[in-house]
Amino acid sequence: MAKLTFVGGIHPFDGKDMSKDKPIKEALPKGDLTYPLSQHIGAPATPIVAKGDHVLTGQKIAEASGFVSAPVYATVSGTVKAIEPRRVVTGDSVMSIIVENDGLYEEVAYSPINSLEELTKKEIVERVKEAGVVGMGGAGFPTFIKLSPKEPEKIEYVIANCAECEPYLTSDYRRMLEEPEKLVNGLKIMLSLFDHARGILAVEDNKPDCIAILKELTKNESRISVKALKTKYPQGAERQIIFATTGRSINSSMLPADAGCIVDNVDTIVAVYHAVMLGKPLMNRIVTVTGDAIADPRNFIVRIGTNYHELVEEAGGFKQEPVKIISGGPMMGFAIFDLDVPTTKTASALLCMTQDDVSKMDSTACINCGKCVEVCPGRIAPRRLADYAEHYNEEAFLAENGMECCECGCCSFVCPAKRPLTQTIKSMRKIQLGKRRKK
Amino acid sequence: MSELKKVSSNPHIRSKVTTSSIMLAVVVALLPAAGFGIYNFGLDALILIAVTVATTVITEYTYEKFMGKDITIGDYSAVVTGLLLGLNLPSTAPWWIGAVGGVFAILVVKMLFGGLGQNFMNPALAGRCFLLISFTSIMTNFDCDAYTGATPLAALKNGESVNVLDMVIGRTSGTIGETSMIAIVIGACFLVLLGVIDLRISGSYILSFIVFLCLFGGHGMDAAYISAHLAGGGLMLGAFFMATDYVTRPITKAGQYVFGILLGCLTGIFRLFGPSAEGVSYAIIIGNLLTPLIEKATLPKAFGTKGGKRA
Repeated sequence: MAKLTFVGGIHPFDGKDMSKDKPIKEALPKGDLTYPLSQHIGAPATPIVAKGDHVLTGQKIAEASGFVSAPVYATVSGTVKAIEPRRVVTGDSVMSIIVENDGLYEEVAYSPINSLEELTKKEIVERVKEAGVVGMGGAGFPTFIKLSPKEPEKIEYVIANCAECEPYLTSDYRRMLEEPEKLVNGLKIMLSLFDHARGILAVEDNKPDCIAILKELTKNESRISVKALKTKYPQGAERQIIFATTGRSINSSMLPADAGCIVDNVDTIVAVYHAVMLGKPLMNRIVTVTGDAIADPRNFIVRIGTNYHELVEEAGGFKQEPVKIISGGPMMGFAIFDLDVPTTKTASALLCMTQDDVSKMDSTACINCGKCVEVCPGRIAPRRLADYAEHYNEEAFLAENGMECCECGCCSFVCPAKRPLTQTIKSMRKIQLGKRRKK
Repeated sequence: MSELKKVSSNPHIRSKVTTSSIMLAVVVALLPAAGFGIYNFGLDALILIAVTVATTVITEYTYEKFMGKDITIGDYSAVVTGLLLGLNLPSTAPWWIGAVGGVFAILVVKMLFGGLGQNFMNPALAGRCFLLISFTSIMTNFDCDAYTGATPLAALKNGESVNVLDMVIGRTSGTIGETSMIAIVIGACFLVLLGVIDLRISGSYILSFIVFLCLFGGHGMDAAYISAHLAGGGLMLGAFFMATDYVTRPITKAGQYVFGILLGCLTGIFRLFGPSAEGVSYAIIIGNLLTPLIEKATLPKAFGTKGGKRA
């Protein structure tokens, strides 16, 4: 049988061996915690605490402001030290609540339920919304919106994105090995919202152990199946994983719901489980701390707001001076100036590398090799689009579907002339998206 | 950690393949053909190849130095052009033919249009065609020490019989690098294995040429006739090393098939109905001219823009 996959894609060095065999360790924060009010797509949250207030672990400190927004919770007990702009991984300054950790971890009381039957569908979605659950794979889209499509009866597939196609990342892998029940139960909760939907656990075939465990766990679940995907980047991109598992294709102006699909990543589904069954807000996530500069690469369960400095310390510090530090994976993550930024809801990894491919290689003239066209999962011609972007030829850029770029980075990766194709196309897309918003 | 780290937009990793590694692979892949050419035609062939390579590299260097541009001879693309040009000359040509061709290929066809990636024709082929038109008798004189008389293709055209085995091995007259089908295919396999070229263009070129021969060749599906046409002249060298030139072929997959088929038909027309027995060089440079059109007409459909389900 042909393997489930998509057309295009690349096979970069995956670097997962560094961290994949070590169990998840808890990293308790020691210093102050920083909670940016904007850790999601949409309106920033509004603070509901003031400087000097005492807060408890699990206490809401900022609430959603508007429909597309998400609340923020304290992940330690302590005192609100300041509400001021702080730098985040993107390099922007974002208004943040800073909490001084008292080290006591006094917790609020949660309201767990014993069985899903206690809640109506509406109450389930409400719990996910209240918990501040957002897409933890990187996009940060509020999950409750995904769970409340216009026509819920038309949702046919709920896809658990367990591909983890980014190089170096092993957080989803460890979660699937260590807490697969939470993932399966989270998926069951989501399925309970959609009567006509079937659940798919979509795992890349470089994780046969996870596939076996999940198959075993779901053998009596008639609505859930485990699907092995070909290992290839960007297999875990939303559009590509929908195509691989269901054969349906959507473009940039469609939502997965338009193809009858809902896609969420492993950590997000586990957060849904915590929110609905345990009544716990989104307070922590798994972060892969890795790279050849890190002494002891591994995965940590991290409280949101923890400073990256502390994560590096937990991983034994640097064994070699890093040249480039990336929050997230090497293909789609953000390069950061220094470690003084907080872990947010969408931070899947902290990758510290002793060399920087980008500054090491100068870009030269395009030789028209066509490798970018071959690998582009969006089936557009990056070489041509980058040219249009460079010359600000809007018309041609739009006519040749420049907006269909998903910014996966495959074209820049393969380019033998080392041209910044993704980057150039991305900046043109930003301008065009801005223009659309103005209209 | 006092100093700030480097930042850049994603992605942060790059493949190890570079322009120079690709060009170097092409140079290596051409060595069997060049080696056989030197073995077949002797010292004259070696001198000509040396002259063309030296001229192309020196021309590129001098132009860039003179114009105050970055020196790009380190990417080996000029070496590839020189080598290809050399392989496309008859061993009897005087050394200055190589030099004139090399200067024309690099200066006029490549550098004046903006250098690497900007030329609209394959420089080596354009250089050869320039020489063919300007110095026709020199360029079509294949009488050397080892061989006299017509090239196998010309003999074929006149209705004479040819030894196909000799043509496959390369023990015939012709330009320096085109005679040995085996040597060329060995080099091509190397490039295919490395992923430098694929068989979309070469395959559709050769297949469509075979179909054209069957339809219009007047010999039906005669295997000996077809193999003689495949092994003879510049078809193999052209299909694997010059039609596949990145810069001057369409970038889209569908466009590459169209391009290959176009070349197959053009080569067929020139070889069967033209005055000369050869036709590969002209077919390819005409195809080069149509590349922008083909590319535009064959842009892929962006993912998901049709919607719907996979069958």
